[in-house]
Amino acid sequence: MFVKTVAESHLENSMKFMVIVKATKESEAGVLPSNELMEAMGKFNEELIKAGVLLAAEGLQASSKGARVKLSGNTRTVVDGPFTETKELVAGFWLWQVSSKEEAIEWVKRCPAPHEGECEIEIRQVFEMEDLSPAMSERVRRKEEALRAQIGQK
Amino acid sequence: MSGSEIHGAIEAVWRIEAAKVIAGLTRLVRDLDLAEDLAQEALVVALEKWPVQGIPPKPGAWLMTTAKHRAVDHFRKSDLNSRKHEEIARELSELERTPPDMVTPMDAPIGDEVLRLIFISCHPVLSMESRAALTLRVVGGLTTDEIARAFLTPEPTIAQRIVRAKKTLGEKNIPFEVPRGLDLAARLSSVLEVIYLIFNEGYSATAGEELIRSSLCEEALRLGRILAELDPREPEAHGLVALMEIQASRSRARVNTEGEVVLLMEQNRAIWDQLLIRRGLGALERANALSSRRGPYHLQAELAACHARALTSDATDWGRIVALYDELARMSPSPIVELNRAVAVSRHRGPEEALKLLEPLLNDPQMKSYHLLPSVRGDLLAQLGRDAEAAVEFERAAAMTRNERERKFLLERARKSGKRPGH
Repeated sequence: MFVKTVAESHLENSMKFMVIVKATKESEAGVLPSNELMEAMGKFNEELIKAGVLLAAEGLQASSKGARVKLSGNTRTVVDGPFTETKELVAGFWLWQVSSKEEAIEWVKRCPAPHEGECEIEIRQVFEMEDLSPAMSERVRRKEEALRAQIGQK
Repeated sequence: MSGSEIHGAIEAVWRIEAAKVIAGLTRLVRDLDLAEDLAQEALVVALEKWPVQGIPPKPGAWLMTTAKHRAVDHFRKSDLNSRKHEEIARELSELERTPPDMVTPMDAPIGDEVLRLIFISCHPVLSMESRAALTLRVVGGLTTDEIARAFLTPEPTIAQRIVRAKKTLGEKNIPFEVPRGLDLAARLSSVLEVIYLIFNEGYSATAGEELIRSSLCEEALRLGRILAELDPREPEAHGLVALMEIQASRSRARVNTEGEVVLLMEQNRAIWDQLLIRRGLGALERANALSSRRGPYHLQAELAACHARALTSDATDWGRIVALYDELARMSPSPIVELNRAVAVSRHRGPEEALKLLEPLLNDPQMKSYHLLPSVRGDLLAQLGRDAEAAVEFERAAAMTRNERERKFLLERARKSGKRPGH
């Protein structure tokens, strides 16, 4: 869909991450987390807000309430949920503004388990403007190199 | 974990925990310089031990404990303050008895300490640049190198700036407290100024002439959001956040593929970041809920919101913008505000009235080399069909601007106006 990144992410580039909570049998069964879990998650979200890194947070309803549309050429096929590959389904997500993937990982380590039992949280970086325009990225990168050379930085 | 991976992870921990650790230490030792040194010492120990032992489950508490041990050593050695030494030792044993939890929470005592830290690092006794560097360092948890790269300044310069800033604060004996009463307004204004300065350093850098430094905008946004959560009853804090969120929402549209600036009214609104706009409008609502009397950031946020709400440039509520500029002109009058007000009036009530508003500015010495004045005047005259006069103004503006693209653009307008039969 998008053009690949030319330049590697530097400190100068802004970074956003989508942090995805994968589904479990319970979440797919529509079982709500316990009060303790909800409270712990609430506190965690509060910490994210107080740290100035939370941009968005949403929980998704079970896939039984959802649908998929398959696109093939001009054909569109609609398939209603539920879907079977539980562990790959998205149950919820955050959008965070942090300085690096490592920072996203650190925050995820502090996250209380969103469901009972084993579950997975996936971290994905959001495409930024610089990533989508390779020609501009190149121009910017060259300008940056020149400027930094002037002040003795690498 | 590889060497560079663990290093990245430790830096990330630092970014998350630095403000709390330094703030807690400052409360303890009553000296920001010493507190920051102790915190840095703890970080050095972490950099030695964590690659071997792994990152502890409560890294913030680990850093705090390590720094406090260092503090005990420091006071024991310095021998000057045995009472201080006892106080810290007592605190340490209390800390060791406290049960662990996963996040070093920003609860009331620590939150208040971080707020005090922000007020200190933004103290008006320091120069603006020093405030910015020091705040990014002790509150933002950025390394000196990161700050230097962000401001395109040599690293030793930033390092010096921070060292001197801490010394100055020590010399002036700034108390570690949240200012109150009359002092609060001035001190808060200083904090907001620093954060907005950092934002503008990054935002105006997207002007295509310079390096795009959106990470600075993000740092400022982060600091602003932190402040607004620590001081949620302060409408100007929410106003500043609202202003920054909304301005940041436009960054993708501000620069075209040639790297040139695109003016607000010509931007492709389809790529304005709606998430940031929503956040900005939300912050503005919080400000409005707290106060009907708007401060300068609150007011500027309202102005930014007018544009953010318009789905197309034609849908802009110019009437509201004029009213807001009237308010801004009363609060902090300046020739620039008058100029912007005139533009809004021209959109709302027509060019004739706007022209009249520009008259007092024509002899203002502050506007002598401000090319936007003749540029706007030329545009208004052209709208009224007074083409010969418009051409003169455009040529004047062209001579005043240093931006090559803009100069060409203005000369082109002058040429077009010159061709038409004028009044």
